[in-house]
Amino acid sequence: MSGVRVLVGTRKGAFVLTSDGARRDWTIDGPHFAGWEIYHVKGSPADPNRLYASQSSGWFGQQIQRSDDGGKTWAPVGNAFVYDGVPGTHQWYDGTPHPWEFARVWHLEPSLTDPNTVYAGVEDAALFRSTDGGQSWHELPGLRGHGSGSAWQPGAGGMCLHTILLDPADPQRMFVAISAAGAFRSDDGGTTWQPINRGLRSPQIPDQDAEVGHCVHRIAMHASRPNVLFMQKHWDVMRSDDAGDSWREISGNLPSDFGFPIDVHAHEPETLYVVPIKSDSEHFVPDAKLRVYRSRSGGNEWEALTNGLPQRDCYVNVLRDAMAVDALDSCGVYFGTTGGQVYASADAGDSWAPIVRDLPSVLSVEVQTLP
Amino acid sequence: MIRVVIPAHLQTLARASREVELDVGSEPSLRSVLDALETRYPMLRGAIRDHVTQRRRPFVRFFACERDLSHDAPDTPLPDAVATGAEPLLIVGAMAGG
Repeated sequence: MSGVRVLVGTRKGAFVLTSDGARRDWTIDGPHFAGWEIYHVKGSPADPNRLYASQSSGWFGQQIQRSDDGGKTWAPVGNAFVYDGVPGTHQWYDGTPHPWEFARVWHLEPSLTDPNTVYAGVEDAALFRSTDGGQSWHELPGLRGHGSGSAWQPGAGGMCLHTILLDPADPQRMFVAISAAGAFRSDDGGTTWQPINRGLRSPQIPDQDAEVGHCVHRIAMHASRPNVLFMQKHWDVMRSDDAGDSWREISGNLPSDFGFPIDVHAHEPETLYVVPIKSDSEHFVPDAKLRVYRSRSGGNEWEALTNGLPQRDCYVNVLRDAMAVDALDSCGVYFGTTGGQVYASADAGDSWAPIVRDLPSVLSVEVQTLP
Repeated sequence: MIRVVIPAHLQTLARASREVELDVGSEPSLRSVLDALETRYPMLRGAIRDHVTQRRRPFVRFFACERDLSHDAPDTPLPDAVATGAEPLLIVGAMAGG
C-alpha cells in the first residue's frame, strides 16, 4: 500500500512523520538536529530516499544535511555559500546601502530529474546550486546581477529567497520569489532573470506598481499547467495565466487576503488553498479561528474549511513553507503552525486532524508520496 | 596534545565528545588549533569562523586559563598551560536563551 512521509522543519529540529495511504495512524520520528533551526527539509522527486535539510543557528551558522535513506540517517555536506564576485550592496530597511551578507538557507529545491542537483534560496537573497549532492554550492549570479539587486530591500523576516519553482515542462524555466523584491523568472536555466511583477500593487512602497519591491510571500503552480501561477503576497492573493508576465487579484471573499502559504490540489489545477492571517501587524488567524480557505474555481470564490480545526481561542500563524499536498488519489493537504501543530486532511481539506500537537514552532512542511 | 572543549551543538554536529585532543605541534595558536580541529571534523568549517574571512563568528568565544582570548590575534601563541595540555581551550557559544 502506498504511503506518505511528511518532512517537518521546526525552530528546534526536524521531524519525519510517516503513515500509510489511509493517513490515520502516524509514526513520529525526531527530533533530528535537536536544538537547531530547520528552515526546510525536502526530498528529491527523482529519488525519494534522498532528502536535503537546511540546518542553521545564530551561533554556529549554516549546515546542509543530506539523507540517502529517507531520513533515517543524515550526514552534513557542504555549507560554504559564498557570493559570486564582489557582493555589493542592497537597500537596508531605511533605504541606505547595506552589504550583502549570507545569513541562512530558507529553501532547498531538489531537481526534478537528478538527485544530486539541488537549488538553495538564501538570505540575503540569492540562488545557489549544487550538482554534487550538496557538497559544493555555486551562486547563479545573474539573479542578483539582474540590475535591480541594489534596490532590493528586506521584509521583516529578512531579505530571503524563499520560493523556487522548477517548470516540469521546460527544464530551462524556473521561478523564484524574494521578500521584499518580488517574483523573477529565468528561461535559460538560471543564467539570466527578469522580474515578473506586473499587476502587483503594494501600498507599502513609494511606487505602488514598481518593477521590484513587492513582498511576495509564496508562489505555487500545478505541474500540469506551469504557465499558471498563484501568489500569496504580503496582502493580496494573485494569479497569473502567462507565466508571471501579468497578475490579477483573486482574493475575492477571503476574510483577510494577508497570509503566507498557498498551494494547489494535486489533481485539480483550479483548486487552491490559503490560510488567511489577520494582518501584517497581527500574525494570527482572524477571529481566533483556524480556517484553511479553498477555492475550486481558481480563485475569487473561497470556502472556509473548518472541520477538525480549532474554532475558538486560536492565535497561531502558518508560515510560507509550511503547507504541502500529497499525490494520493484522494489528495492529502498538510500544514504546520507556529504553535507546533501539524494538521492533515486526507480528503482535500473537507476534514482535518492533528498528526502531532506539540512540536516546536513549525517553519516548513513538505510531503512525499511513497509507492 | 591540546585539549579543546566544544559546545553541545557542535558535539552533536561533529559526533564528537565534549573534549577532543589535537596534536598541533609547537607554539600552538588559535589559528593552528582551529585548523587542526576543522581538519579532523570538516563539518565544523564555517561553524566557528567564517569560511572566507576566517573571522570568529560573532556569538562564539574562546576562553582559556580564566581569560577571554576571543579578541587575540589568531596567530598569538596560546598560554603555556593550554600548549602543554594542562588546561583546555574552551570554545563557547555566547550565553543566550532560545
